[in-house]
Amino acid sequence: MPIYVKDRQIVVPGEAIGEQGKIKIEGHVFRIGKKYYSKVLGVVTINEDAKVLRVIPLKGKYFPVEGHTVIGKIIDVGFTSWDVDINSPYTAVLPVSEVTSKPVTISRTDLSKILDVGDLILAKIVSFDLNKDPVLTIKESKLGKIPRGVLVEIPPQKIPRIIGKKGSMISMIKEMLGVELIVGQNGRIVIVGEDPYKVELAVLTIRKIESEAHTTGLTDRIKKFIEERLRT
Amino acid sequence: MKKTPPERLIDENGRRIDGRLPDEMRPLRIEAGVLKNADGSAYVELGNNKVIAAAYGPREVVPRHEALPDRAVFRCRYTMLPFSVDERKSPQPSRREVELSKVIREALAPAIFLQEYPRTAIEVYINIIQADGGTRTASIIAGAVALADAGISMRDLVAAIAVGKIGDILVLDINGLEDQFGDGDMPIAMMPSRGEITLLQADGVYTPQQIEEAIKLAQKAIQKIYAEQVRALKSKYEAIKESE
Repeated sequence: MPIYVKDRQIVVPGEAIGEQGKIKIEGHVFRIGKKYYSKVLGVVTINEDAKVLRVIPLKGKYFPVEGHTVIGKIIDVGFTSWDVDINSPYTAVLPVSEVTSKPVTISRTDLSKILDVGDLILAKIVSFDLNKDPVLTIKESKLGKIPRGVLVEIPPQKIPRIIGKKGSMISMIKEMLGVELIVGQNGRIVIVGEDPYKVELAVLTIRKIESEAHTTGLTDRIKKFIEERLRT
Repeated sequence: MKKTPPERLIDENGRRIDGRLPDEMRPLRIEAGVLKNADGSAYVELGNNKVIAAAYGPREVVPRHEALPDRAVFRCRYTMLPFSVDERKSPQPSRREVELSKVIREALAPAIFLQEYPRTAIEVYINIIQADGGTRTASIIAGAVALADAGISMRDLVAAIAVGKIGDILVLDINGLEDQFGDGDMPIAMMPSRGEITLLQADGVYTPQQIEEAIKLAQKAIQKIYAEQVRALKSKYEAIKESE
């Protein structure tokens, strides 16, 4: 059960990872016989305590997963539903029944009065399988229309680094800059703040995290970066 | 393209027209992620060949009715730019370009996990900026790197090289002149770490032994190309790591 890779190593498709033994191999890998190979251009993370080796892709499109919170953009208004772009190859559907619990007479109400084309929403994925388009809901608390803010898009694989360990990175950015961050797991982030300079700095910070997402010691470096920029 | 045929393609020292030995490859340079607007991209220089490839996807299928319920549609387009050859090439897709698009598609498709992306399309656009024999192999090298750079799930990369024949001698990686006046051309594409062949074409006459020898010759070169592909893909990320 040898492992051929090191922690934080970059792997390419087809590169041998190792054989499963004491350490479990998961993530974007495939198996031939006993050997595991990487499926993607990704980075290896080894968790010694949990005895898990994971291959995490560095790039790629967002794939909907039930239960994910995503930021969507309304692209079409239908008679009983909205079509929502969720930054994925599949367009999502938001039915009226998942918007309000009040009965809506569709013959009398114009749905574009509730949500119009171009509106941003924070929504949760209710169901998705590969034969059917994903269905969204905004009925739960904290979900719904995002009235204002600045939208930033990054590869969805890098969202965990924006959040950090137990939300350390995101709470640091919020505290240091006094802005609110709304994060969707599909790689979209909305920054809401009063001071335009600080909002811009938050965008720069996210871009920096994006380009250095596969390195270690990121939180400290980002802290230094914000401190430096705040002084000038 | 009227070139006067050279007196001979191999001189008395066993050197080829550009000074290479029979089993020597042209210099290869690969760069990944050169285009900002594509999901993945690659630039390849194989001798005088200059190729740029852009990969998109998985994304929505247009037109919609072509979408497949159980796997992704994989499309590939090979284009030679008008200035890529001696005389201006008409920008209209020629019979040859349509055929090469198909050949390249079929060489790359076995490497991709298409079943992972149902109802979507994965597209690769390959443009030949400068051509000098063996553009299909350079295109396959570029296409594979572009796909991997786009983050698409793959079994392996794909690398390719042509083996030619001059008289009775097998020569590796033939250039434009050798292709035109030589006696055979056999492009071979492989998944390097698996050793599986995804493309094997040939014109010219070969004995069974020669075919086996040609595949061995190509296999060696493909391992070298693979190393360069891996370097190109990794260097983009490792550069950031080292600068810290």
